[in-house]
This record gives sequence, C-alpha cells and structure tokens, in this order.
Amino acid sequence: MSGDVDPVALEVRGLGFAYPDGHHALRNVSFTVATGERVAVLGPNGAGKTTLVLHLNGIHRARVGEVVVGGLRVQKDQLREIRRRVGIVFQDPDDQLFMPTVRDDVAFGPANLGLQGPELDDRVSEALAAVGMQGCEDRPPHHLSFGQRRRVAIATVLAMHPEILVLDEPTSNLDPAARRELSGILDSLSVTTLVITHDLPFALEMCPRSLVLDAGTVVADGATRDILADSELMAAHRLELPYGYIVPSRAW
Amino acid sequence: MSGGHGHAHGLYLPGQTRLHRLPPECKVAATLAFVLAVVATPREAFWVFAVDAGLVLAIARTGAVPLIKLLRRLSLEAPFVGFALFLPLVGDGRRIDVLGLSLSVAGLWGAWNILVKGTLGVAATVLLASTTTVPELLRGLDRLHAPRAFTAVAGFMVRYSEVITGDMRRMRIARQSRAYDPRWLWQGRALAASAGALFIRSYERGERVHLAMLSRGFTGGLPVIDDDRKPTARQWQQAAVVPVIAGLAAAIAWGLS
Repeated sequence: MSGDVDPVALEVRGLGFAYPDGHHALRNVSFTVATGERVAVLGPNGAGKTTLVLHLNGIHRARVGEVVVGGLRVQKDQLREIRRRVGIVFQDPDDQLFMPTVRDDVAFGPANLGLQGPELDDRVSEALAAVGMQGCEDRPPHHLSFGQRRRVAIATVLAMHPEILVLDEPTSNLDPAARRELSGILDSLSVTTLVITHDLPFALEMCPRSLVLDAGTVVADGATRDILADSELMAAHRLELPYGYIVPSRAW
Repeated sequence: MSGGHGHAHGLYLPGQTRLHRLPPECKVAATLAFVLAVVATPREAFWVFAVDAGLVLAIARTGAVPLIKLLRRLSLEAPFVGFALFLPLVGDGRRIDVLGLSLSVAGLWGAWNILVKGTLGVAATVLLASTTTVPELLRGLDRLHAPRAFTAVAGFMVRYSEVITGDMRRMRIARQSRAYDPRWLWQGRALAASAGALFIRSYERGERVHLAMLSRGFTGGLPVIDDDRKPTARQWQQAAVVPVIAGLAAAIAWGLS
C-alpha cells in the first residue's frame, strides 16, 4: 500500500508452538507469502490454523522459529507496528465488534494508532465504503444482519490500513448471497490476504495458492487447483469437496 | 445471532423533535441539574413541585413522548414507593389519625418528600432515555468527562447483553426441544448446568473479544472516539432553560421559608 513495497509480505520460518498441556499445535511451519498474493490456508479442525494466525500478529509469541512481516520480525517491542500491519478478522463478528456503534468500532483500531479528528473520520468512511456499508455509522452492531456484521468486522481491520489481511473462516454462517458479496468485496481489495477456510470452492475462487496444514505441519503448498484435484492428498488430510462439486477446469 | 430482528431498543422512542436533536451532553447535564434542583427544594414548597411537574410535562410534549408511556415507565420507581408508604406507619413523633390508621406526621412528610422528588427525578431520566439512544448517552457522558472506565463498561454491557440473552434463549429452546419441563426443584439440574455453561461461554467470549481488541492495537486504554460535533452556545442555552427555572423556583422557596 506504500511506495517502497517489500516483495515478501510475510515469512514464517521454522515456527513451532506447544500449548502448556504439551500439545504440539505447530511444528516447523515455514512458508512465504509475496506482496499482493492471496493464499488460502486449508486443513481439518484442530490442524493448528488458528494458532498459526495468532502468531502472525504476536498474540502468541514464537518460541521456536520466527515470523517476519514486511521485513519486521514479530517481537515484543514491535507489537504495535506488527498489529497495524497484520489485520485479523476473527470468525465470530460478535467477538470483533464490541463498541456501541459501527463508527466507534471501525475507529477503534486507527484511534489506537493515534489518529483523531477528520483523519480518523476519513479512515472510517473509507473502510466502510470498501465493504459497502457506508451509511451504517450510527447503528449498533447488534442491529445488523450477520452478513453485514461480517462486513463491518472486515472494515474494522481495513481502517488500520493493514499490509496483510487475515480472515478466519470468512464464509462461515453466511448465506450464499452474502458469501458472493463477500468474495466481491475481497476481490476489490488489493491487499495481501490470507484466508483460513473449510470452504474449498471459496478457496479456489479467491486464492490461486493454498497451504494445507495438518497436525501442526504444512503438508502441501501449491496451486489451489492442483491441491483440490489431488484426491489422495485431500483424503489423507480430511479435506472434502461439497457433494457434486467438480473442480472447474479453467476458472481464470 | 439471528439477523436483524427481535432486538430491544430499550427505552428509546425514535423521533425527530427538538429534544431528540439536542446534543446528548446538553441533555445529560440538564437532567442532572434539574434533578439536583428538585432534590434541593424544601418539601413544604408545594408550588415549586407543581412548577417542576409542569416542566416535566412540557419536556414530554417537546419530545413527543406520550403521557401514557411516561406514566407506565414511572413504574420503575415502584420499589421506592413501597418504602415511602411504609414510613408514615413506623415514623415516630406526633401522630394523626387518618381513616382509622395512626400515622406519624414526620413519616408522612418523609414519604411525601421521597415520593414527589423520586417521581420528578425518575420522570426526567425517563424522558432523557426516551429521546436519547444508548450510544448517544454514552457519548454524552464521555464528553462530560465521566470516567472512561465507567462508560466503557456500560458500553460493553449494552453491546453484549443482547448477545448473551440470545445465547440464553437458544439454550432454553434446546432444552425445551428435548422435552425438558421441570416441575420440581430436584429437576432443575439442567437449568443450573445451563447457567454454568452460559457463564463459561460468556467468559470465553470475553477472552476472544480481548484477543480481537489486542489485534487492533489495544494496549489497556480505550481511545475516546469523538466526532467533533460540539454543541453550540444556543443549544446549551436551550438545555439550560428547564434546570434554571427549577433552580430559581427552589431558591425562591428557600428565600420565602
């Protein structure tokens, strides 16, 4: 989004993480995401996807290995800048939207970054416009539909001008129309995006590249189309396409 | 989490009256000043309370709050009324007989004092809540420099009370769907378990909300997000009319007594 762009948006090197009970959530995870790339992270429940996400902005600190965002290593004294650069949209918009009105919620992130006055207002209206929710500034989040709340949740993160947008299960609980609107919105954004999802057709539609995470390790990293067509790989990692779905031979 | 229906709007009555449009900090400050003026009025000064009641009616009219709604919402003070009615029976000092009951004169004055001041105070706050949305109220309190921790906690409460009520409703439906219909105390185990589960769920939600806040740069202090719509001197003047009249009336009553 700025002038001198780092060609590598995100680099994860040998990342490992174990919960206090000894469960290894991540083992030696390494991958690189180029600036402007859109990558899906696939994998069964409990594969470590959310744990990985929480490492990207330093909520979990890397014990083994490291995470580098746009050339900046995720470590304690850089958390503010890291959290500006990496915007995470959590799965349940009710967790993400905690302020009394949409405006306050979208302004929360940029206000934490020190913005105020007209500059802050601009950020809010720009972010809401990006998700097609302008005009809802004064509404309380609980008066919005689920799909609208998901869009506002994305706006709360866009308002911080992130370099990497991370979406955790963005299509869960959406009806097909809301899901289509969401893919339209994501398509219109030029930011580097990581999409954690079980929705394989959505991954294929949005992300040319996918990572498959299982039992805390990256077991596949390649073109989404190839991964979805590899029935052996898919079966080995509990990935399944919806009934009757055939990977289109040429989607783009 | 079910779409945009069935949500409570609280006490707010949508409208476009002059009272609705007045900035919230003016309304909050005016309400507080009015209540203070009422409380400071000597209890013997009946005419002042009549003036105050007139003011309340005038505000209700300005805000297009139907009288019947106002009266119904006054039921909020029922517990205090109960207490006030108790006073004449137990008060000491000189007693008089009314309808065969021996009542304490001091108690009667005490009851009158609580009743009239309570009613006027509750009426004023009901009018404030009827013409100001909750987010606006919180914003008004913020601008009046109420402690940030207080407005933030109130904001979270408003935001999540509906989410948690929704959780509660879904758990109740899930219980009923499996033919749960407790008749005796010892059959209430599932209710207790639901309450426990609700607590844990809310606690976990709190943790997730905190994570989401940290992810957007929260470091312990909530930012004050203001939209720079400062009230004009004229708006402050308009808001001041009611409390100034009430205050003057109270002051005159003290002067006369």
